[in-house]
Amino acid sequence: MRVVLAEDLFLLRDGLVRMLEAFGCEVLAAVESGPELSKALAELEPDVAVVDVRLPPSHTDEGLQCALAARRARPGLPVLVLSQHVEQLYARELLADGNGGVGYLLKDRVFDAEQFVDAVRRVAGGGTAMDPQVISQLLSRRSLDRPIGTLTPRELEVMELMAQGRSNTAIATQLVVTERAIAKHTSNIFAKLGLPVSDDDNRRVLAVLAYLDRG
Amino acid sequence: MITRLRASLVAGGRGLVLALTALIGSVVLFTLTLVSVGLIPVGIGIFTTPPLLSLVRAHANRRRLLAAQWSDVRIPSAYRPAGAARGGLAGQVERCVGMLKDPATRRDVQWLFTDITAGAAVAVLAPALWLEGLFGLLLAAGLWKPVVEAGGTYWYTFLPVSGAGTAGLAAGLGTCWMVLATFVNPVLLRSHFRIAAASLTPGREELEQRIDRLTATRHDAVDTSAAELRRIERDLHDGAQARLVAMGMNLSTIEALVEKDPAQAKELIAAARASSAEALTELRDLVRGIHPPVLAERGLGDAVRALALRLPVPCEVDVEMTGRVEAPVESAAYFAVSEALTNAVKHGGGDRIWVDIAHRDDSLRVAVTDNGRGGASVGAGSGLSGVERRLGTFDGVLAVSSPAGGPTMVTMEIPCASS
Repeated sequence: MRVVLAEDLFLLRDGLVRMLEAFGCEVLAAVESGPELSKALAELEPDVAVVDVRLPPSHTDEGLQCALAARRARPGLPVLVLSQHVEQLYARELLADGNGGVGYLLKDRVFDAEQFVDAVRRVAGGGTAMDPQVISQLLSRRSLDRPIGTLTPRELEVMELMAQGRSNTAIATQLVVTERAIAKHTSNIFAKLGLPVSDDDNRRVLAVLAYLDRG
Repeated sequence: MITRLRASLVAGGRGLVLALTALIGSVVLFTLTLVSVGLIPVGIGIFTTPPLLSLVRAHANRRRLLAAQWSDVRIPSAYRPAGAARGGLAGQVERCVGMLKDPATRRDVQWLFTDITAGAAVAVLAPALWLEGLFGLLLAAGLWKPVVEAGGTYWYTFLPVSGAGTAGLAAGLGTCWMVLATFVNPVLLRSHFRIAAASLTPGREELEQRIDRLTATRHDAVDTSAAELRRIERDLHDGAQARLVAMGMNLSTIEALVEKDPAQAKELIAAARASSAEALTELRDLVRGIHPPVLAERGLGDAVRALALRLPVPCEVDVEMTGRVEAPVESAAYFAVSEALTNAVKHGGGDRIWVDIAHRDDSLRVAVTDNGRGGASVGAGSGLSGVERRLGTFDGVLAVSSPAGGPTMVTMEIPCASS
């Protein structure tokens, strides 16, 4: 897997490079500013870009903007955005084009190297990786809404993991149940939310977010 | 001497002009303004007053200009900027009330009155001295004959003119008048403008009030920022700092244990990781409380949008601004909106909230409206009075309209430039 990395803090950039290489990824470029990132993304054609939201020279959301621009230029370019904080606004912007291959994680998630690299792989494969914090914010905000209120606690758990971008297999492993049980839960959830069932991981997340978005 | 004479003659001419404008322009404007204000209860006044007051302002500004040009007297002008012009009757009423509330309007009307009395009297003295002096000379030159023949003894100033002899005295007196005019005319003109300045200059009281307000808001600003620093220090000390120390301790224990007791070392590693995660969470919350990251990255509009997304009540955000305002204003506005939204959710009891943000005429205006039960007020101890104090530091104002039964509307306005 060929990765372009953008992170302005040297220690973190260095750590991320080490970690990705330890897990067999090839780091094509590790850059520290927005313009460098845009250039690397245009020239190196990576399998996935791992990008910090806040980058120099503006120190605002330059990383996010560069990533979004690169995705407009090359639709479906997998982008995993890292940030010191998670903001639904940014998550929505990333998901907005509906092409998949996006992720938005707190920087803390690199603490669990395996899970983090798993998220990078998922995004590179066209799936999604949303930070549990984004999902739980969305779920808690909408918990008053009727359709969600009808979900059982177990179904809510499944939906939360589903929304993070995990496959049924992964959810089954995490909840220590069979994959068939998860399949049953997901079809129940879709039925309750009035959404057509789909096998596509990425479309599942979009469906969940689109529903939550309806306000 | 020649220059002095010329200056005096010019001053005489100018005095005549001033006296005429005062006795015609100011009298007409003064009467019309009184009538127009009197007609406000009937409704007509609402339409006639604003244009009339604008005319008065133009008149006063013309006088300010003349004061500066003719006598080098500077009369400060302090009209409040006209608000954004709304259309319709409501806009008209708003304009009318806005102008009437302006202390400068009271000063203008007061000036009109002094202008037609004291102002005109002083101004007219300058040409009068010359004319009276000239008339004295004319009397001596022979004018006394037809005048006395027509009406008997003629009183010139305080001299009874009844023959060639007294007419000669009148010429002497007239010369005195003209000599006097040569010296005092510029002074008279300047006095006229000084009288105008006395009415038109913003009062000391107003300045004192402003100083009081500035002192109070500065105290508030110092107090709140000191309290804020204390809170941050405490949070860091009790939270992240303590956790990092614990982590360091754990790590050194791990160092000792790693070979002897790998199982326990592993447990400690897990604990260390957990405390580093918690330290991060705490730091993140702390940062959000000081300066929310979205605000830093995207500015007020998107920061409020992000805030709205987290609310349990549907909230529409409408932003009308190009560029960003200064960071401190942005931050104050953000926390004010945040407080207003929290109040709306906690106490409003409505099921919809609207936020309107606009930057117009060098001021930032924000309105937070909910369709709840109303009854909110800016009283002691309420979160809104804290917001009011904070906005006060920027000369900003907060207004709450919340009749029982709702809706509640919190509006704030902060003067500031946009970049």
